[in-house]
Amino acid sequence: MRHRTLWFWIFVGPFAAGLALFTYVPLAWSLYLSFFDAHNTVSPTHFIGFDNYASMLRDGAFTDSLWTFTVFSLFIVPATYALSLALALMVNRLRAAQAFFRSVFFLPAACSYVVAALVWKLSIFNGVRFGLANTVLGWFGSDQTAWLSTTHPPWYWLVIVTLRLWLQAGFYMVLFLAGLQRISPQLYEAAAVDGARPGWQVFRHITFPQLRATSVAVVLLLVINAFQAFDEFYNLLSDARGYPPYARPPLVYLYYTALGQGQNLGLGSAGAVILALIIAVVTIVQARWFGLGRRED
Amino acid sequence: MARTRTGTTIARHDDALVRAGRALRIVLLIALAALFLIPFYLLLRNGLATEQDITSPQWTFFPSDLQWSNIRELFDDPAVPMARSLLNSALIAVATTLGTVLLASLAGYGLARIPYRHANKVFYGILGTLMVPAAVTFVPSFVLVSTLGWISTLRGLIIPTLFSAFACFIFRQYFLGFPQELEDAAKVDGLGYWRTYWRIVVPNSRPVFAAVGTIVFIGAWNAFLWPLVIGQDKSAWTVQVALSTFTTAQVVNIHELFIAAAVSILPLLLVFLLLQRHIVAGVERSGIDD
Repeated sequence: MRHRTLWFWIFVGPFAAGLALFTYVPLAWSLYLSFFDAHNTVSPTHFIGFDNYASMLRDGAFTDSLWTFTVFSLFIVPATYALSLALALMVNRLRAAQAFFRSVFFLPAACSYVVAALVWKLSIFNGVRFGLANTVLGWFGSDQTAWLSTTHPPWYWLVIVTLRLWLQAGFYMVLFLAGLQRISPQLYEAAAVDGARPGWQVFRHITFPQLRATSVAVVLLLVINAFQAFDEFYNLLSDARGYPPYARPPLVYLYYTALGQGQNLGLGSAGAVILALIIAVVTIVQARWFGLGRRED
Repeated sequence: MARTRTGTTIARHDDALVRAGRALRIVLLIALAALFLIPFYLLLRNGLATEQDITSPQWTFFPSDLQWSNIRELFDDPAVPMARSLLNSALIAVATTLGTVLLASLAGYGLARIPYRHANKVFYGILGTLMVPAAVTFVPSFVLVSTLGWISTLRGLIIPTLFSAFACFIFRQYFLGFPQELEDAAKVDGLGYWRTYWRIVVPNSRPVFAAVGTIVFIGAWNAFLWPLVIGQDKSAWTVQVALSTFTTAQVVNIHELFIAAAVSILPLLLVFLLLQRHIVAGVERSGIDD
């Protein structure tokens, strides 16, 4: 008995200890720091209670960042969901060249957000004169657009959303492909016998309901990933002059608060705690909503 | 083939529709594939073009001249530690992959196969951290790492990222389904947990190791926020941070920037093309879609 316990900890111990040190300790520390006035210091002495939380919630830039996230996910979640499902449905039916198309759509996942941001910012959506988008629009006689700095209408969203769509759609396509392959062919045969027309009817009554578990997972992952958006926003919009006041998602804002000029770690930690709470609530509500965890079907 | 009871005329009509639908789908797929490949092409085009070609108001699909010397120029530029950044990224990605796979597989095996009274509690403690988005803890993690004095060190860039609850979860799920007979045979042969693990379990679980390994490798190579926060000194830049300081700088040598980006995705493209089967299998097997 002893012997087994010892072996259990030999196998699990190093991992569990590391996880505790690099996840639980920072979490606790974050909570601690958030109640202190901690400028440029990690061992603060001035306890200020909930002041950091109050100033964070009153801070227009922080609440704006939450709005930015909301708008961003309202675009990116349905768009990625629809595109990756459509890709999966089209690729799944292919008899020839399936591997080729799957690879092409999956390939962007090998690209980093930094590299993609570079191509989007300096090549496709370059506002100055040599961007691909402006060149193509020029053929139709359109004016040149400064994509990333035009806020009315907010063209910058087009740049941000298409980038992420390109980068992540292939990954979710693979999840949908796995889901599609698990659907029993007998269901389709039964539908055909019942006279369901291939196409929309079969999709609506068989394919889509059978993909429920996959859909729930995909939407959940998309929302969580949207919450953590940082790389492309930072690389698309910041330059030597700083970051523009718009399109600042929560992580970008926290990055500048905690690690920027002021190094206000207490305020940054309070923001992180608020963000963590929001993510937890959103995740739980969503899971409930989709009935995740309930055993059914 | 549509099965209808309404006679051959309609059936033939349906067939024509189905064929038209299929043709449309293939045209659409080819168009989408072209769209998906354009950014890769632009990366290569701009990386190998002359400065004039890139910034010319008359944009052309093919550059007028291929400048292979751009690659040498990139590595000769003293302003950007490109070689150093690539080396850092390679070291970090390899170390992170090996470390994560080792630690997570051991833990996953222990959780799945070594009976212990509180194993479930430990497992939920690990699983719970999956709910905590890593990015939200970056402020306190930064604080912790700076307290340890690990800012701008490879240690600081590697060690905190080694403990992936996600990888541990996948290994546990996999080992739960590992054939018990193989392990029983090992037991009969007098092997303990340690030797059973190394001699029986690991050699028979190559696909899951490959899948988790490639996923971790890709994540480590492409990571940005953590290296940006921790790798403050030029000597600790990863290739992503180096590229980023390029894009956010005022004056940029634009073709150098593009060739740098192209060079930075080359290792991953190779990994992708060689190991695609494993990656796809790994994503599918990740258990996230139940």
